[in-house]
Amino acid sequence: MPEILKRAKPLAVNPLKASQPIGAALAFLGLRRTIPMLHGSQGCTAFGKVFLVRHFREPIPLQTTAMDQVSSIMSADENVIEGLRVLCEKSRPEIIGLPTTGLSETQGCDVPRLVREFRRRHPQFSTTAVVPVNTPDYSGCLESGFALAVEAIIDTLLPAGAGRQPAACRSRQLNVLASSMLTPGDIEAIKGWIEAFGLQPVVLPDLDDSLDGHLIDQDSTPLTLGGTPKAAIAGLGGAVATVVIGRSLHKAADLLQARSGVPDFRFDHLLGLDACDAFTVTLAEISGQPVPPAIERQRAQLQDAMVDTHFMTGSLRIGLAADPDLLVALGQFLAGVGGEIVTAVASTRAEVLADLPAACVCIGDLEDLECAARAQRAQIIVANSHAAPSAQRLQVPLLRAGFPLYDWVGGYARTWAGYRGARQALFDIANLFLGSHHDIPVHRSIYRVGDDGDAPPRAPSDAGLVHH
Amino acid sequence: MKTAEIAELLNEPACAHNRNEKSGCARTKPGATAGGCSFDGAQIALLPIADVAHIVHGPIGCAGASWDNRGARSSGPALYRIGMTTDLTEQDVIMGRGEKRLFLAIKQAIDDYAPKAVFLYSTCVPALIGDDIEAVARAASARWGVPVLPVDCAGFYGTKNLGNRIAGEAMFKYVIGTREPAPVAASAHRPGIRVHDVNLIGEYNIAGEFWHVAPLFDELGLRILCTLSGDARFHEVQTMHRAQASMVVCAKALLNVARKLESDFGVPFFEGSFYGITDTSQAFRDFARLLGDDDLAARTEAMIAREERSVRAALEPWRSRLAGKRVLLYTGGVKSWSVVSALQELGMTVVATGTKKSTEEDKARIREIMGEATKMITDGSPQALLQAYRDHQADILIAGGRNLYTALKARIPFLDINQEREFGYAGYGGMLELVRQVALTLESPVWQKVRAPAPWHATPPAGDALAVAGAPDA
Repeated sequence: MPEILKRAKPLAVNPLKASQPIGAALAFLGLRRTIPMLHGSQGCTAFGKVFLVRHFREPIPLQTTAMDQVSSIMSADENVIEGLRVLCEKSRPEIIGLPTTGLSETQGCDVPRLVREFRRRHPQFSTTAVVPVNTPDYSGCLESGFALAVEAIIDTLLPAGAGRQPAACRSRQLNVLASSMLTPGDIEAIKGWIEAFGLQPVVLPDLDDSLDGHLIDQDSTPLTLGGTPKAAIAGLGGAVATVVIGRSLHKAADLLQARSGVPDFRFDHLLGLDACDAFTVTLAEISGQPVPPAIERQRAQLQDAMVDTHFMTGSLRIGLAADPDLLVALGQFLAGVGGEIVTAVASTRAEVLADLPAACVCIGDLEDLECAARAQRAQIIVANSHAAPSAQRLQVPLLRAGFPLYDWVGGYARTWAGYRGARQALFDIANLFLGSHHDIPVHRSIYRVGDDGDAPPRAPSDAGLVHH
Repeated sequence: MKTAEIAELLNEPACAHNRNEKSGCARTKPGATAGGCSFDGAQIALLPIADVAHIVHGPIGCAGASWDNRGARSSGPALYRIGMTTDLTEQDVIMGRGEKRLFLAIKQAIDDYAPKAVFLYSTCVPALIGDDIEAVARAASARWGVPVLPVDCAGFYGTKNLGNRIAGEAMFKYVIGTREPAPVAASAHRPGIRVHDVNLIGEYNIAGEFWHVAPLFDELGLRILCTLSGDARFHEVQTMHRAQASMVVCAKALLNVARKLESDFGVPFFEGSFYGITDTSQAFRDFARLLGDDDLAARTEAMIAREERSVRAALEPWRSRLAGKRVLLYTGGVKSWSVVSALQELGMTVVATGTKKSTEEDKARIREIMGEATKMITDGSPQALLQAYRDHQADILIAGGRNLYTALKARIPFLDINQEREFGYAGYGGMLELVRQVALTLESPVWQKVRAPAPWHATPPAGDALAVAGAPDA
């Protein structure tokens, strides 16, 4: 179990962390015909929007209650009610997500009460569900905000006492609770994996359906263009089982289990052979079907890649920085192929960090990553796009993972989960290593004669003009 | 910040928006608001000052999603790209430890990064709990011997535009006028060229675009004392009061700095732009006019003639490809001027333009440049923009990055002219980049491929052999 080093500096330098409200907004973006509205000043939303737009390269529906000086000090209750009314009137969403921010939390706003007040005053909008969630940005991180929103979604949209639907145990429906570490590409892979066993996945939240980046027939929509439908959330009790991916979702999973009565199976992540095998075994048990040959084949391909790349991944000194779920996923995966996690930085504390295969993990920022990676002579770092200048200064390659990925087209679509995702990750790490391999410095013996005329090797005509 | 102070900033007398009944800074509407807050605006205006440690005092929401996300370039120090925030915790907020954390944070920044100055940006939460960043700045400045100055820009004060002005106000209050400019280096003197000191205000060197123009300033003997704030250094901002003329570049956001430089230090200013050939030339002429140097005026005309000739020749091959193409422009505000004339110089037709942030005066000028038939768009929602695009049979949408994915999702060519863009369009050289980027998207073969239905969905033409193969005989 790693030693957990608490934040020791007054100033965070090159922050790793993104805020809880952004995480909550992201969770809501995985629901169909939905728009999140942050309860805060307009900047909270503008920053969140730019952050998500640059990561996903998609239009992002996100609104604000637009607290100004007067409402910040007197009361912003009317802003919430007015904002909900305007959204309902304008675009008739199925769901409005209502995360709070540091500003509204410091003010001490009671959002569930405001939602009740909105219902009382505007009964005509009863078909639009409103999901309030407390996500101050002075605690937690993107991952915890996402998890809080998932919990709030279950709390609001799956009625208490719903219980397990009759005949659910013979159902082919399998619920998936998906943590913020999973990309749209991951969720797509997980769905295919589940379908291969003849089961029908219902993913909450389904970022693959909304933010995988696909052109649609309509020119534009003010709401999410896909995601988990409201009716599917109400129907979670009709599943044969639930699989939970990511420790951050355990509270949400507890609530789902209590409400739906559906048994669940929990996985910290789906990265690497062991994690994939555990998931495959569970799917075989739930479905009662043998493992399909296609999956056997993918597993064999991963094993082959593990053998091929172990020269590069073995003893590789790795620096990691991410939110806790992803950090542990990457750490276990890379340690599982012989890598050494010499530096690990998490954005916040979380129980799952105890399972990170490293001597210590620091709660901190990208400056901490850079300093420790330098001191520990890391050979590669795995972190978000903000770490690119650090990697440049360290002169080591960067494998991009987490949020945000703004300088890497298709980062959001990358698949890490599953046998194929792991195989591609191994290829990429091996290639990054090969591309940055340092040759042994040349030695010219003092006794060697006749070298004076050695011309330096001629560079190809355009060498030095190509910069990446 | 007191309400009266905010009201004063909103009432910028040199801003044309305030001369008519429509205020440039209207109150925001819950559920229907786009755009950044005052903190965002203040940070945008000052962040490009490259040798300063910019500390955001607040919880992670403010800096976490916004550090290092603009395209301003520096020719030297990169300190401005290091994200710094006090990352306030719940305990800090509850126990009131924010000021202490900020004080120690300043020390950390000074010890580790040796900044020329430290700027403190206040945000909503510390403003609400009453952290006195002005007092912290004073104490830290005295204690560590480095200028530390507060920018009181809580997001809830208002819009991005207000934030720009708050930033300008802070520069005026704490920085400008605190140092005398160094004499012109002997090596920079050239016979027959008298050096004039000038300022550029509201130029951010996005994607390094100002470097298209900067060599011409050198050539004419115009020493830029300071650009507020693209590629600027702290000591340059300190000397802005000694300039002989200022140019407010495009955005009117930092107009208050120009106005106060004029009223307090007698530095005249003009508003101009480096977008488009005509406006770029006009900017240099305006400098020569304000500086009242006949020799400079003559050399300026010679330079303009040379540059215009060369850029027009370089643009010639593009002209036939772009002539007659129809543009829907949505930038709002003043920036549209220069862009409209730049596009017209290429023979393109601007069929409609956004006027959401424009006053009656601005609109009159739009009619003057674009003709009476010009359509003005006030609704900037994605649906309205796409409708206007279709109504006017436009070929390309030119707008800010906010609308980038609106356009792409609707499968229409797009050019980004906002702050996050990757390409520089300023000056004569920038026109060539602009034209390349416009042609690149307009002529891309992808549009036709993504607009056509999949072959299995296409309606087969009547009489198609396959379609009738299985049909019974008539």
